[in-house]
Amino acid sequence: MKLTLQLAYKNLIGAGLRTWLNVAVLSFAFVIIIFFNGLMDGWNQQAKQDTIAWGYGHGHLRNNNYDPFDAFTLQDGHAEMPSQIEDVRPILIQQANIYPEGRMVPVLLKGIHPNQNVIKIPTETFQSSSVRFPAIIGKRMAESANLKVGDEVLLRWRDKNGTFDASNIFIIEIFDTTVASVDSGQIWLPIETLWDMTGLHNHATMAIANSNYKHSNIEGWNFETQAEMLQDLDAIVSMKKYSSSILYLLLLAIALLAIFDTQVLSIFRRQKEIGTYIALGMTRHQVVRLFTVEGSMYSFLAMIVGCIYGIPLFIYLNKTGIGMPQASQDMGVSLADKIYPVFGLQLIIGTVLLVTISATIVSFIPAKKISKMNPVLALKGKLQ
Amino acid sequence: MIKFTHIFTLLLCTSFVVQLTKISQKLTAKEIIEKVDDNMSSDTQITESDMVIHGKRNSRTITSKTYIRGKHDSYTEYLAPAREEGTKMLKLDDRLWIYSPSTDRSIQLSGHMLRQSVMGSDLSYEDMMEDRELTDIYNAEIVSEEEIDGRNTWKLELIAKVNDASYHKRMIWVDTERFVPLKEELFAKSGQLLKETIMSNITKIDGRWYPKKMNYKDMLKSGKGTDFIVKSIEFNAEIAAHIFTKGSLRKS
Repeated sequence: MKLTLQLAYKNLIGAGLRTWLNVAVLSFAFVIIIFFNGLMDGWNQQAKQDTIAWGYGHGHLRNNNYDPFDAFTLQDGHAEMPSQIEDVRPILIQQANIYPEGRMVPVLLKGIHPNQNVIKIPTETFQSSSVRFPAIIGKRMAESANLKVGDEVLLRWRDKNGTFDASNIFIIEIFDTTVASVDSGQIWLPIETLWDMTGLHNHATMAIANSNYKHSNIEGWNFETQAEMLQDLDAIVSMKKYSSSILYLLLLAIALLAIFDTQVLSIFRRQKEIGTYIALGMTRHQVVRLFTVEGSMYSFLAMIVGCIYGIPLFIYLNKTGIGMPQASQDMGVSLADKIYPVFGLQLIIGTVLLVTISATIVSFIPAKKISKMNPVLALKGKLQ
Repeated sequence: MIKFTHIFTLLLCTSFVVQLTKISQKLTAKEIIEKVDDNMSSDTQITESDMVIHGKRNSRTITSKTYIRGKHDSYTEYLAPAREEGTKMLKLDDRLWIYSPSTDRSIQLSGHMLRQSVMGSDLSYEDMMEDRELTDIYNAEIVSEEEIDGRNTWKLELIAKVNDASYHKRMIWVDTERFVPLKEELFAKSGQLLKETIMSNITKIDGRWYPKKMNYKDMLKSGKGTDFIVKSIEFNAEIAAHIFTKGSLRKS
């Protein structure tokens, strides 16, 4: 085996530019595969952390009549929270409209306890506010409604009986989050204020659990764990991963095609060499192995070359992050203005195996032909 | 001669004011509302109308024909523009269905869907659904007499006496002679003015005074609101019973 490795290495280095072209293309495929997957893993990790911190907490306890994907359930999807439930923070959600600059903008009013600490909404600001209707909004909401801290805006809502009410609310803080689902089209108010406004005293649409929450069956309420809620995010990221894999698989296919081509050409042009190996005592299978090792050695060289320029690049990207356009951050999925790629061991080993195994397979296929060669004709250099 | 004319005019005016005072003294706010109701409603109505929705940049007109039976049932078919043509709306008591010709399906609007705007206008489906008598929902009182466009009116203040009224307070200006509302304002619980309706082009049709133009305006929004212009109206006309069935919500 040692001889095979030595011969394969010498043959490759001896091939000069042809080898280095193959290695360059394959190393590029290497780096791109790791980069794309690292980017997706980074997004997934970041989105999960942010979504838990800003919206999911340690799970949601929801009223049975409330479906977070159906706005029409908001009207009836609330009830009084059973008093025995601990370690959760209630949130009441109601629909309303605001009228910035004479435009009607539908919004969701979310009532939350000022002293909560289950999610990162800066509700402590409510405690220092003395206005009657203090409101906190996110950056996206502020931009779409053209509002800033200190602004007043007219809000129209309905009480529990459906009677219209309207008043100015006062923007006391604007928070910046990557989680659009707690920001876009939403206004956060102290829950007591929302109870007074709607007459729905002690009612909640849902409650966010903290880490101490232990769920037991509560009639009229259902609990969705953090892991269950994160499944959607995982599904989105994995779908995105698969769709972007087309690009790097195409690149890998080009690199493998180049290796395949090189192998076919080698076997065609190096017939006398093959005949000599057999004449010197190598079996046909040993020669096949030599050519296969030569092919798979491209991937080892590509790995080394890829490391030379890939490692500094990945370290740089991991530190500075990759900027995301503003428009994409307004999607429902959590997406920061910068994504920091994560290059895990699993990803690197997986990519090494993928490239090495596929390079070995494409090297072996043309090398198989050697096993059927007539050594005498090969020595003479006759076409077979 | 001049003096006589002055005295005559003064007497006439005094007599008019005395008469007016007598009428307003005689009629309570509730009776005025009932008289308005008698004037405006009939057993059946067939109306062809234009709804002019004023947007920020342009206005669009939707023509429709409406059949009304009593106070609870109505059927509307949209005739123009081409985009809305064939859309039908049926209201039977407290249920409302919309038929869309593009999908050939009828859907029943309920819950929060009723709070949506009718074809982008300043009216919501819920505004159209309200068919309870004003006297059942509100306590009314005459607060003053005012003149609107040269017509004497009673200004009525209606305060909700039930919990589930959409608007806590209404102000209605009723023509003292014709028993036609000329203006209406709808208020939130906080006292914020939410909507305003101006009735104009009051015409005598079949012995009753009827506003042929109504402008509905959401006062919180900028813009000119929505005009509802009656092109033709027939009172107590015969309407086939099948119109007020779900069977009428099909492609015609």
